[in-house]
Amino acid sequence: MRKVKENIIHGLFLLNGIIVVLVLCGIFYILVTTSLPALKEIGLKEFLLSARWNPTSYYTPSYGIVSMLVSTFMVTAGALFIAIPLGVGTAAYLTDVASPRIREIAKPVIEILAGIPSVVIGFLGIVLVGPIIAKIFGLPNGLNAINGAVLLAVMALPTIISISEDALKSVPKTFVEASLALGATRWQTVVRVKIPAAVSGIFASCMLGMGRAVGETMTVLMATGCAPAMPRNFFDSVRTMTATIAIELGEVPYYTTHYYALFAVGLALFVITFLINMTADAVLRKYHIKVR
Amino acid sequence: MIKRTAKAFVTGIICLSVGFSAVAQDMVQIKGSDTLVNLVQRLAEVYMEKNPGKYLAVTGGGSGTGIAAIMNNTCDIANASRDIKPKEIMSAQKKGIEPVRTVVGLDCITVVVNQANKVDKLTVSQLGAIFRGEVSNWKDVGGEDMPITLYGRQSNSGTFSFFMDAVLKGDYSDRMNRMNGNSQIVEAIRSDKTGIGYIGLGHAKNARELSVVRLAVREGEPYADPMDPQDVSSGKYPIIRTLNQYTNGKPSGTARDFMKFELSAQGQKIVDEMGFIPVPEEYVEYNSRNAGV
Repeated sequence: MRKVKENIIHGLFLLNGIIVVLVLCGIFYILVTTSLPALKEIGLKEFLLSARWNPTSYYTPSYGIVSMLVSTFMVTAGALFIAIPLGVGTAAYLTDVASPRIREIAKPVIEILAGIPSVVIGFLGIVLVGPIIAKIFGLPNGLNAINGAVLLAVMALPTIISISEDALKSVPKTFVEASLALGATRWQTVVRVKIPAAVSGIFASCMLGMGRAVGETMTVLMATGCAPAMPRNFFDSVRTMTATIAIELGEVPYYTTHYYALFAVGLALFVITFLINMTADAVLRKYHIKVR
Repeated sequence: MIKRTAKAFVTGIICLSVGFSAVAQDMVQIKGSDTLVNLVQRLAEVYMEKNPGKYLAVTGGGSGTGIAAIMNNTCDIANASRDIKPKEIMSAQKKGIEPVRTVVGLDCITVVVNQANKVDKLTVSQLGAIFRGEVSNWKDVGGEDMPITLYGRQSNSGTFSFFMDAVLKGDYSDRMNRMNGNSQIVEAIRSDKTGIGYIGLGHAKNARELSVVRLAVREGEPYADPMDPQDVSSGKYPIIRTLNQYTNGKPSGTARDFMKFELSAQGQKIVDEMGFIPVPEEYVEYNSRNAGV
């Protein structure tokens, strides 16, 4: 009797695991099959190489994702540029320097930061961060890639901090003790010994933060201006792939080329996030094995 | 134990279906134009006060979203600040949907600039050149030497499509900032000296800190002010459009009752209060002929 129950529970858990994999494969399958009509009609070359996305054009519609790719890349790179030093530094501070009191307060605050809805952050971007950026750089408005980068940095920060903290905590005490015994200061120990030892975990945290930034929709839709032109610099209005899908999917008539093209953009996004997550996962796994 | 779970399961299904049917009864779904959303929400509120037991849900999303919803049969009434396109009519008919139009008011598209901007009048062709990106400095249209920053709507907006067809007759500049709604355009231009944008008349009337640009059809013609009811009703102001509601077939039931309310004296008074223009005679006849309201 007990054996039967065990088998049933084993089976249920196995079923859960399989369902998750099936859902992922299903999403991928739908994206691919719904994108194919568009790619056939538009041609892979125009889709991947043209910088003009204008499906509702007065003249001829064009479906090129290069400007969107560059925009997504710009806000993500900007966000990581801000969030990685800030995040790793905070993680190092929390593991080594902070008193337990401060750690007690800081950890829940960081968790709360992770929980703020992206709409709220986008709203803050429009009413708070945007005007500040406009004033500092003398721009007509704060709807640009810098604004997007700052907001996405805020959203990626909690991920980077938590996982980097985990990585730093897992550095064996023997490393730290050896370093201090050889006469290194605490600063030198953190910077020259702990962080290099934890670098693969930190790298994984950055990849996951990057995945968060790439997939973010509402924040960039509200705060970056959504101009479809190829951005010339960080002070230009940008439109990411996620924002394009969000704006246009609501009004596109079903089963037209435009509709399929949006799914193709979604597929591109899926592939990018998938590759990022796979890299992070591979690095994390390698890291665990190494330390153990 | 199986009997108990079966009983629980059946009870659950019954509760859900009762719940759903209570919600589904008389809940008229109205989706679409951002220009119309405040107006129709107000009309719906007053209507629901007068008719307890009837429920209407009004949401935005842009004219394009509303029309797509009526074509996919996910709403009862679609608000649209533009006309349905021939391609959309064909797609709808292929699915067995027959879109029927009712005009609930008229709207001017007003062009607004920052209060500090000297430019207060433009011709329609100048306006087109500005929004197509061909003219990019205010000094080219009689203002100071500063670059023009464009604020417009997104492609799901009826205002976006209408402005493109009526004024631009071409594509918008790729550098135009695409904002999410009328209010965002107002807020953006309020703090940007170099900004220019287009919004519905109702929003312009409420945005006191912006300067409304007078328009002339061409060089030499008199400039018309959209805030002057005479200029609008005489047809002098060049950018006027109908505010439409589309239904699948002629409206019936609560939807029809609501639309009759919208077109009644009380409803049209609300249209006027919200800053739009009540339905003129020719469209009153059109509505009764076309939609039976």
